[in-house]
Amino acid sequence: MERSSKIIVLTAMFVMLSGLAFAQEQAVSYEGLKFFITTVFVAGFGIAIAAFGGSMGQAWSIKEAMKGIARNPEASGKITVTMLIGLAMIESLVIYTLVVELILLYAYPMAKPLAKFIGLEIG
Amino acid sequence: MKHPILFTTWFFGKIGLGEFAHHYVQVVNSWLVMLLLIILAILAKPKIDPFHPSRGQVIWETIIKGIEDFFVGITGEEGRPYAPLYMTIFIYIFLCNIFGLAPGLYSPTANPNTNLACALVTVLGAEVIGIKKHGIKYIKHYTGPIPWLAPLFIPIEIIGRLARLMSLTFRLFGNIVAEDLVIAILMLLAGAFLAPLPLYFLFIFADAVQAFIFFMLSSMYLAGALEEAH
Repeated sequence: MERSSKIIVLTAMFVMLSGLAFAQEQAVSYEGLKFFITTVFVAGFGIAIAAFGGSMGQAWSIKEAMKGIARNPEASGKITVTMLIGLAMIESLVIYTLVVELILLYAYPMAKPLAKFIGLEIG
Repeated sequence: MKHPILFTTWFFGKIGLGEFAHHYVQVVNSWLVMLLLIILAILAKPKIDPFHPSRGQVIWETIIKGIEDFFVGITGEEGRPYAPLYMTIFIYIFLCNIFGLAPGLYSPTANPNTNLACALVTVLGAEVIGIKKHGIKYIKHYTGPIPWLAPLFIPIEIIGRLARLMSLTFRLFGNIVAEDLVIAILMLLAGAFLAPLPLYFLFIFADAVQAFIFFMLSSMYLAGALEEAH
């Protein structure tokens, strides 16, 4: 990475962090909103990291399957079926992350008890 | 229901059970899938002729023979009596997945309850079939290779079986919910009905792959239960 893009990325990070600090100075009791902001932030990064790891694993498996087919074109049917099964297995791990993110965003079950603990009343 | 968007909710609303059909939408739509499968089976029945097979009969026989041979290839010859259950689950889950693509229909597998029911049938069925075959010696599957490490292995194995249940359920649930969300967002965000069309090929392929993965994993669990212990 060049130096200029590194500088831009670091500046953006520091600006965002200082923005959070300013928000904490002014906000007095926005506990629910802070939880929501944190949840959305984490969910976005969570699915992105899971997609990164999942795609690396799938790319490796496809690469090796291609090598196998190139070496032995007669077995391409079996190799393709096995590769597809392996891809679905790896993809299911990424989908577990999506399911956790959906639960966090839409159906967080501890929302009411936690809010009562803090002092808010939801629902 | 004031404005039903599903065929089943509208139909049950005419009868008077609209709220029931709206609350239990996955149950009612799975009844629709079962009705479709039964009608297809009844339509195929009078036309089976062992000496002059028609073209449709040959096609279906090839498909079913291929699936059953794949199943027996994983579990061995002693798994052949149990093949119809797993093949039915395969076809049922495939049809359930495809329902999500059609307008007016809802895919029952988009709800984790349906997936949990299918996963319970296959995983517990494998256990029951293993106990039926091995008797009380089935406990040897849980104790691991070395006998005096059994207190360590039994909780690990039990948690492994429960993890198999949850993984089967949530793999199918996550795939189908993601597909439904993408179709809904594309319809609301981009053009009205033509926007999701290019993705339909990918989704039909993904539905078939997910149903096949469910079928293949269930047959591997059955093979693990039928084989001899370590």
